[in-house]
Amino acid sequence: MAKTARQAKGDGLLLDIRDLRIEATIFPPGETPRQVTIVDGVSLQLKRGRVLGLIGESGAGKSTIGLASMGYGRGGVRITGGEVIVNGRDILKGGIGGLRKLRGREVCYVAQSAAAAFNPAHQLMDQVVEAAVRHGTLTRAEAAKKAVDLFRKLGLPNPDTIGKRYPHQVSGGQLQRVMTAMALCSDPDLIVFDEPTTALDVTTQIDVLAAIKDAIRDFGVAALYITHDLAVVAQVSDEIMVLRHGKMVEHGVTEQIIHRPSQEYTKALVSVRSIVHEEKKPSPEPLLKVENVTAAYGGAAGVKVLKNVSVELHPGQTLAVVGESGSGKSTLARVITGLLPPIEGSVRFAGRTLSRALAQRTKDDLRELQMIYQMADVAMNPRQTVATIIGRPLEFYFGTRGAERDRRVVELLDEIEMGAKFLDRYPAELSGGQKQRVCIARALAAKPKLIICDEVTSALDPLVADGILKLLLNLQKIENVAYLFITHDLATVKAIADSIAVMYRGEVVRYGAKSTVLAPPFDAYTDLLLSSVPEMEIGWLETAIKGRRMQSAGN
Amino acid sequence: MSAPVLKLVAQRVGLGLLLLLAVSVLIFTGTQLLPGDVAQAILGQSATPQALENLRRDLGLNDPAYIRYFRWLGGVLTGDLGVALSNGQDIATQLGKRLGNTLFLASVAAVVSVPLSILLGLLAVRYRNRWPDKLISGTTLISISLPEFFIGYLLIYFVAVRLGWFPSVSTVYDGMSFGQRLAAVALPAATLTLVVLAHMMRMTRAAILNVMQSAYIETAELKGLSQFDIIRKHAFPNAIAPIVNVVMLNLAYLVVGVVVVEVIFVYPGMGQYLVDHVSKRDVPVVQACGLIFAAVYISLNIIADVVAIVANPRLRHPK
Repeated sequence: MAKTARQAKGDGLLLDIRDLRIEATIFPPGETPRQVTIVDGVSLQLKRGRVLGLIGESGAGKSTIGLASMGYGRGGVRITGGEVIVNGRDILKGGIGGLRKLRGREVCYVAQSAAAAFNPAHQLMDQVVEAAVRHGTLTRAEAAKKAVDLFRKLGLPNPDTIGKRYPHQVSGGQLQRVMTAMALCSDPDLIVFDEPTTALDVTTQIDVLAAIKDAIRDFGVAALYITHDLAVVAQVSDEIMVLRHGKMVEHGVTEQIIHRPSQEYTKALVSVRSIVHEEKKPSPEPLLKVENVTAAYGGAAGVKVLKNVSVELHPGQTLAVVGESGSGKSTLARVITGLLPPIEGSVRFAGRTLSRALAQRTKDDLRELQMIYQMADVAMNPRQTVATIIGRPLEFYFGTRGAERDRRVVELLDEIEMGAKFLDRYPAELSGGQKQRVCIARALAAKPKLIICDEVTSALDPLVADGILKLLLNLQKIENVAYLFITHDLATVKAIADSIAVMYRGEVVRYGAKSTVLAPPFDAYTDLLLSSVPEMEIGWLETAIKGRRMQSAGN
Repeated sequence: MSAPVLKLVAQRVGLGLLLLLAVSVLIFTGTQLLPGDVAQAILGQSATPQALENLRRDLGLNDPAYIRYFRWLGGVLTGDLGVALSNGQDIATQLGKRLGNTLFLASVAAVVSVPLSILLGLLAVRYRNRWPDKLISGTTLISISLPEFFIGYLLIYFVAVRLGWFPSVSTVYDGMSFGQRLAAVALPAATLTLVVLAHMMRMTRAAILNVMQSAYIETAELKGLSQFDIIRKHAFPNAIAPIVNVVMLNLAYLVVGVVVVEVIFVYPGMGQYLVDHVSKRDVPVVQACGLIFAAVYISLNIIADVVAIVANPRLRHPK
């Protein structure tokens, strides 16, 4: 029925954005408020049933453009120029009443984090049918029936009863699919997908991606698919538009963008993660030796999150610990740093056995074992300047003060390719990549033998992450520091690891030199993990789904 | 209701009872620390030492403090609050009537002020930073800034004296109809409402505005819902816990903090009774009132906690 209605409307132009200009007022600390242009002169057209991928790094304006197609400006953002024509009328001229008729009816939205985008106080079904009932498209009973069909179509478990659950009772990957069902329930002409799989584990991402792709195809709905991952967008889009700093860089069909990009920036995006790293041979004496560690939260009787884990790390080398969320990667880091005393097993470091608990460790134990975190901005005191942040470990561990400390801080800033001009900046004045670099310099200031890197590139844009990885490899050569690199991103692992430990539900399921771990034959889980990493190749998704041997834990 | 919720609720109630016991100890020691004792208070300044000694023995005042405490506590638990020294009457009977009056006044004020303040809070969010919001915030701020006796006298002057709508003295007696009673407490209830309105309204506004930052509010906006539907359906249910907390604090104030208002309107409630007997150094009455006030405070706070627990879907529907 929906199909015929859509055909009656014709196969013509659905969305026509002309010369869109979006501005916001920002309030920098200590300065007068000023206008910034977020999107500048972007035009795009979308026909019925087609999928356009919007791609770019954060701040490129891709989400802003997506929301503009619903006439919505997030956080005080204003559409100040251009036209947004949906179904033949300029929605910017219809006032708020006109927009409310459009939103949730003609255009629907799927957010990045479904976990945050669902209201925790209501059952899923109430939220899924709300827009359709509100706009009078369907009665409550019809909408509920349709929702159940959609749940089934999207491969959700227990489609008849999942609507009775509350958001916190459903996993992230499932919620993302429920959100897609919510968008489809109103039978819209256009769905804006705003990074719908970015927050998911790689093994879950592939399922959700496949579900979204099937739904788009079967319902014939048009879509704007926003992401920073070119490999992901290549799987679902007919066309791709590359954005940077609010301007269009390049626009073409998917095949052309990924195989024959014409702009330099697109070429950089396509060739990202081209780091070549030669695997190092293990040394006779490992720097870190984790032996048969078992750890639990909530005391010895609590939930065991690490089961009999043993790994080794050699001086100046990198051990990558991979696995999906909840596999115990970060818990392993907590055990090594002493934050979580293990129930059984021991941690040997630089020829000595480390005390189980942090309080009993010597200052040298603390100094030689540093950490870098995923969220660089919350790992720094926002009221301290870069000079203070990097200078602190110098004072604390070595007692270096005054001019000597300042000289050393500048040296470290040069090592992280930033330089003395950043000395008096506050963290808020740095970009995401720069913040992470300052954290690296702070860790290096202690002259550590081992740095634990906990998902240090996960929150960064691909090109920025690439820069950080290159920097880390470079620093390893100069300082001969070892890295324990915790990540869920296998591309990163391939780029920098010497040895790899694959973790699954608290156990190390595969461990060894990079070349052996990444060579067949694989165990079922490693196979799933490896085959789930999106590749920049049209048709990869279908091949990958077909070749899978086990289901992901998040499903 | 599921097991974790029941467990949490039982915990709160248990802790509340423990707290009440601690308060009773505090009240008892507090009154013991006052200079002079009951015997002195009864017999007055001119009593001979022999007479004092005899009375103390009769009243059991020579026993150690802990024995007297348990004797008092035992009495309280069996409903015997003792005898007022000033007039020799049974405290429980006298207090019962007074407490009923106070609760009646408090309920009238609560029935008006709680829905009104929440509605005003919702309206203030709906029209935030526009004139309705500023008007609501401004007037409620003025009413909370004025001392309650001043509001009371203003109401008496304008509503009772000039307009003659309600009596200025809130006399109540047995055999009054419900309507007559309502008319009698209209002015004190209005005074109390004006005093507690601002706090509850501003907290409602702040709690909902906090929730309005959430991603799921954006989802609701992108479904094309109207502002008021978003606030009512999506924001309010998530702001219940902080709102209930401040509502309960204000309800407790309505029972415990009404002393001034009761005195102004000559209303025969707990507050007036307490003030009378403090001035007469009637220790058993003061102890009984203190204990009842504490019980009201603690139980209202338990209710706030329980509502907050039950309003949380994570606790109500565990994984």
